[in-house]
Amino acid sequence: MITLTEVHKKYSSEVTIGPVTLEIPTGGITALVGPNGAGKSTMLTMVGRLLGIDSGTIEVAGYDVTSTASKDLAKIVSILRQENHFVTRLTVRQLVAFGRFPHSKGRLTTTDEEIISRSIDFLDLAELEGRYLDQLSGGQRQRAYVAMVLAQDTETVLLDEPLNNLDMKHSVLMMQHLKRAAQELNRTIVIVLHDINFAGHYSDYICAMKHGKVVQFGTPERIMNDEILSEVFETPVQVIDGPNGPLAVYY
Amino acid sequence: MAPPRTTPKLPGKSLFNRASGALPTKKTRTRYWVVFSLMLALALSFSFGLLAWDNPMPVGSDGFWLIAQMRGSSILTMAIVAFCQAVATVSFQTVTNNRIITPSIMGFESLYIAVQTASVFFMGAAGVVALQGIWQFTLQVAIMVVLACLLYGWLLSGKLGNIQIMLLVGIILGAGLGSISTFMQRMLSPSEFDILTAKLFGSMNNADMSYMPVAIPLILIAGFFLISNSRKMNIVALGRDTTMNLGINHRTEVMRTLFFVSILMAVSTALVGPMTFLGFLVATLAYQLADTYDHRFVFPIAFLTGFVVLSGAYFVMKNIFYAQGAVSIIIEAVGGITFLIFILRKGRL
Repeated sequence: MITLTEVHKKYSSEVTIGPVTLEIPTGGITALVGPNGAGKSTMLTMVGRLLGIDSGTIEVAGYDVTSTASKDLAKIVSILRQENHFVTRLTVRQLVAFGRFPHSKGRLTTTDEEIISRSIDFLDLAELEGRYLDQLSGGQRQRAYVAMVLAQDTETVLLDEPLNNLDMKHSVLMMQHLKRAAQELNRTIVIVLHDINFAGHYSDYICAMKHGKVVQFGTPERIMNDEILSEVFETPVQVIDGPNGPLAVYY
Repeated sequence: MAPPRTTPKLPGKSLFNRASGALPTKKTRTRYWVVFSLMLALALSFSFGLLAWDNPMPVGSDGFWLIAQMRGSSILTMAIVAFCQAVATVSFQTVTNNRIITPSIMGFESLYIAVQTASVFFMGAAGVVALQGIWQFTLQVAIMVVLACLLYGWLLSGKLGNIQIMLLVGIILGAGLGSISTFMQRMLSPSEFDILTAKLFGSMNNADMSYMPVAIPLILIAGFFLISNSRKMNIVALGRDTTMNLGINHRTEVMRTLFFVSILMAVSTALVGPMTFLGFLVATLAYQLADTYDHRFVFPIAFLTGFVVLSGAYFVMKNIFYAQGAVSIIIEAVGGITFLIFILRKGRL
């Protein structure tokens, strides 16, 4: 469970995040949606303690992210940012192996190797594990990064726009992988999404943000609704019944 | 919890083979150790060559060792410089997340040049002598380390705390100090300028053996910290966000590393003078040769490469072209050209 209490972050007199008070339940996928500049990524990075907060408290699984030692937190919550450029030349397996660092401090045991193999297999990367990252396509590379945070074996996984730069097929595959990770590996996954229909179909909860504040939080059935979406995205949205559940139409 | 592995085993790829690690396959392991042995052999043969070539006494006799001992000091200096430049540059590139910069651009060399120039400018030829001695050496190292730490501490702790700005300020400080030095050099008499110039080309002969009791412990401490921290450095190389995600305090690691890097660079510069591109040349070659991300394997190769480049250049210049003084210029030229080719090939900084 992730609990945010009166979280506040000030950038300038115009740009502030919060105060945000929110409870994200354990298990399942929670999608953060909202217009550009709503503070979705900022909130995610604050939960993942990559960015400090000005006031309030954030707790992940009962641990305060500002006061808990970073090395302990690394076993509880993992975060993957949007832009990942490494100067280091790594193979897929070497990258995924880094995810075990909080547990093994760089000395991999056979258990670590098993978990690494499992994460790689989980994302269908077994055949690519010896390849270097710069030899992969964007979708494969994104999967390798996700495999790394899964290998970290944390209860909570935060992903900042993992569908960015992925085509239709790879977006769907990625969401299916994440859904499976949430169900089969019992992870709590919080994910920033731009496509409301992906959020509506794959997530268990949707958190809508606007102007640095949480404006709606609930199940997709509740959020996928004309008025709520039109108000959140400040553009007319119509929700229709699609073959696999509600579909937002906005173009 | 997690499902059992469902992926069928690939032919010829048993579970045992599925190991992570710096050198994952047999081929990369073999390659690494072949390269390592080759560099070691080259380093040893160049050292032996420097000791024995042109040595009039038969190998093994007392006279041979007497002459060898005198030449040994320059080999020791080369080893120290190679170690400082190699370890410092590899570490610096890791914490700055950039494979084309070297710590020399942080103003160490300009500071060294400014101190040397100022001493000649204010005290004449006697100034060069006044700068020799173990205390002066220690002081010079201390000034460079303090300056570097102030710069790092100030620039990395502020609100704008970021490495790009720190580098930029370092370069500008270096340029400023350089202009002051040039200005003073303009006003020197030709003979004083000649004395100064000899000091300003990096040369193994600048090193005074009496500095060693200070220099060696310093680099051993700094080197020990940097090398023993290799596993963390592997993570730091992935950038700030990934580092923090994996539970390492990025800022602490960067500051600590920069502190030890500044010690290594200060010792090297105070010992032999500026060597701008040696570090870059060595680090770039080492990454090509070692072909791994793991600092535990890159550091030894980088050190050996540095030593081979230095001793090889000295050996060739001294015994084949009889132009010992030009060695550092040659290394800088080769290093600079490598740098240009690297940038042009990569197309970006």
